[in-house]
Amino acid sequence: MSKKSYIQAITEALDIMLQEDPKTLIFGEDVGKNGGVFRTTQGLQEKYGADRVFDTPLAESGILGLAIGLGLTGWRPIPEIQFSGFTLEAVDSIVGQMSRMRFRFNGKKNSPITVRSPYGGGTHTAEMHSDNLENIFTGVPGLRVVMPSNPYDAKGLLISSIENNDPVLYLENLKLYRSMKDDIPDEKYTVPLDQANIVQEGNDITIVAYGAQVQEAQKAAEELAKSNISCEVIDLRTVSPIDTATIFKSIAKTHKVVIVQEAQKMAGVGAQVASAISEEAILSLDAPIGRVAAPNSVYPFALAEEVWIPRKDEIVAKVNEIINY
Amino acid sequence: MSKNSIVDFSKIKDELADLAKPIQVLDQNAKVVNQAVFDSFSDDQLVEFMKKMVWERALHEQTMNFSRQGRMGFYAPTAGEEASEMGTVMAMQKQDYLVPAYRDIPQLIQHGATVTEAFLWSRGHVKGNEFEARALMPQIIIGAAYVETAGVALGLKKNGEDAIAFSYTGDGGTSQGDSYEGMNFAGAYKVPALFIVQNNGYAISVPRESQTAAPALTQKAIAAGIPSVQVDGMDILACYSVAKAARDYMLAGNGPVMIETLTNRYGAHSSAGDDPKRYRTDEQQKPWLEKDPLIRLRKVLTDKKLWTEEQEEALIKEYKDSFKDALKQADAVEPEKVSDMLKRTFEVPTPELQAQIAKFEEKESN
Ligand SMILES: Cc1ncc(C[n+]2csc(CCOP(=O)(O)OP(=O)(O)O)c2C)c(N)n1
Ligand SMILES: [Mg+2]
Repeated sequence: MSKKSYIQAITEALDIMLQEDPKTLIFGEDVGKNGGVFRTTQGLQEKYGADRVFDTPLAESGILGLAIGLGLTGWRPIPEIQFSGFTLEAVDSIVGQMSRMRFRFNGKKNSPITVRSPYGGGTHTAEMHSDNLENIFTGVPGLRVVMPSNPYDAKGLLISSIENNDPVLYLENLKLYRSMKDDIPDEKYTVPLDQANIVQEGNDITIVAYGAQVQEAQKAAEELAKSNISCEVIDLRTVSPIDTATIFKSIAKTHKVVIVQEAQKMAGVGAQVASAISEEAILSLDAPIGRVAAPNSVYPFALAEEVWIPRKDEIVAKVNEIINY
Repeated sequence: MSKNSIVDFSKIKDELADLAKPIQVLDQNAKVVNQAVFDSFSDDQLVEFMKKMVWERALHEQTMNFSRQGRMGFYAPTAGEEASEMGTVMAMQKQDYLVPAYRDIPQLIQHGATVTEAFLWSRGHVKGNEFEARALMPQIIIGAAYVETAGVALGLKKNGEDAIAFSYTGDGGTSQGDSYEGMNFAGAYKVPALFIVQNNGYAISVPRESQTAAPALTQKAIAAGIPSVQVDGMDILACYSVAKAARDYMLAGNGPVMIETLTNRYGAHSSAGDDPKRYRTDEQQKPWLEKDPLIRLRKVLTDKKLWTEEQEEALIKEYKDSFKDALKQADAVEPEKVSDMLKRTFEVPTPELQAQIAKFEEKESN
C-alpha cells in the first residue's frame, strides 16, 4: 500500500502489464522519450526499450490502424490518443474496425486493444481538449468504455482492460490526474469491467455518477447529510456495459434516483441509465428520475467552463427537488 | 541488386534523398546569395521586414511574460519562427483567406485580428473569434487545415475572386491523413491553395526525422501533383519572395503550391509548460540560434545604416506597451454566459434548447 495519484496508478498499471506480458506495446504521440504530455508513460521507454514503448508520427487514424494490425498478429497494443478530442480523427478505426473484428470473424479474430485517452473539463485547456465524448462511443456494439473515478479503480480497471480481449476505450479524467491521491496496493490487482461500485451507502436517494462527477456527488451527499438526507452514491466505473443490476437494487431500497454526468444532457450515459430504469425498474420509484448534466451546447471555451460544467450545487438542488417531489 | 532483378528499389530510395537546397536570399552570415532578388527590395521594405520581426519577437516575449503571470490561456511560443511567419504573411493581401493554427497568432493579427482578440482567443472567450480578418480561428485539430483550405480555395475560385487561401501547419501535421487529402483535392480542382508547412523540427517532443521516411516534406506535395519548395525559414527575404511568387502563380490560375520553411522553435511547445530539455539538447539548438532571423537582417540593415540599437529598443517598448494595453482591454470583456452559448448552438434554438436558455437566463440574470 502507498499513496498514489490517479496518474501514478495508471503508470503503475502500464508498468505491471509491460513487465508481465511481453506482447504488450505502448505507442502514441510523445509517449516515448517525453513520457507523454502528462507524463503517464514516464520512464517506461527507458525501462522496456523503444521496441515496446514508442512514438508514432502525428496521425490518430494511423495509431489505431497500427493497433488493429498489431492485434491481429499476436500483440496486445495499448495505444494512447493524446486527448480524447482527437479520437474523432480515428472514429473509423474504433467504430468501424476494431469493435467489429470479433463479430466479423465469428470469434476467430479479435482486437485485444486498450485505447487510453484523457478527457474531461475544468483544466482550462485549448478547444477540443476537454470534451466528454463517451456519448459517441457507448453506442458502439463490441466496444467497452471505461471511466475510472479514483486511483484504486484507475489501476485495477486498466489492468483488466489490458487483459481483456475486447477493444476497450479507457478514458482518463484530466482533472483527477493529479488532484486525487489514495492508498492503493503496490502489487497487481484487477477491478471487473462490468461492476458498478457503491461508494457510499444511503437510504433516501440513489445518485448515479461516473468519472469526475463521482467526487461531486460525494460532496453533494456530504452536504445533504447535514439536512438528514441519506444518499447512496453509485460509481458506474464502466459506461459500456452499464451495471444496471446494482442500480436497480439500490433504487429498490431508496425509491428515488438522480443521474449525474458531466457530458451534455442530449445523449448518452444518463439517458441510457434512465431508459433502463424506466423499462425494468420504474415501479421501484416514487418520484420522477432526476438528471444533472451539462447543457446542450458545444463544450465552452476555457474561460466559461466553470459556469457550464455541473457541480455539487446542481446535484444538491436536484436531489432536494426529487426528495420533495 | 542481383543481375536478373527487374528493378532496383534501393537505388530508387536513394534518389529520394537528392534534396533541393533550400532557397535563400541571405545566407546565415547575412551575405546576399541572390543579388537580383535582394536588389528588388527598397530600403523601406527592408526596414519594414525588420520591424515586423521585432514586433513578433516582442509579442512572443510579452505573451510568455503574461503566461508566467497567469494572465494568458493556451498560447504557443513563436520565437525563432519570425521570418517564416512574417515573411509569408506579408506576401498576402487582405482579401486572401487565412487558415491558421495555434502557432500562427502573429499572422492572424497581421491579417487583421486585433491583439485583444488574439488574447481573448488564448484565454478561451468567444469574442476572440469575432475578428474582421478573413480567416478562421486558430485550428487546434492538426490536419483539419489542409482539407478546409482546399475547400476555401475552391470557393474563392468559384466566386471568381482575386484571392487565395493560405494555411499554416507544422512538420508533424504533414503526417495526418488530412494533409494528403487536402493537397490532393486542391491539385485535382486546381484551386489557389497555398499550403505553408513550418518545419520547426519538432512536433512537441517528436523530431521531424521520426515523422516520415521522406527526406523532404515537400515531397509529400509531389504525389498530389503540386509544385513544392523548401525555403530557409530563418531568412525573411526568401520566405517573403517565395510566398509572393507562389501567390502570383496561383492567381494566374495555375493551382496550388506547397512551401516548407525550415525553421526552429526556440522555446517550449506551448505555454502549458512542456520542457524541451527532455527531448533536445542545448547542443542541438545552438546552430539554430546562430541562424536567428533577426540577427541576420539586423546585420544587413546596420551595414546599410538603416537601423540602430536605440531604434530597435524604442520599437520593442512601443510594441510591448501596446500589448499591455490590449491585455487590459481583454480584461474588461464581460464573461460569457451559458445562455448565450446555448443561443448560438443552432441558428434557431430547438424547443429543448429554448427551455435550457430560459433556465440559464433566469440563473444568470441575478
Ligand atoms: C489531431 C490532433 N492530434 C494531436 C494534437 C496534439 N498536438 C498539439 S500540437 C502537436 C504537435 C504539432 O507539431 P507540428 O505539426 O510540427 O506543429 P508545431 O507545434 O511544431 O508548430 C500535437 C501532437 C492535436 N492538437 N490535434
Ligand atoms: Mg513542428
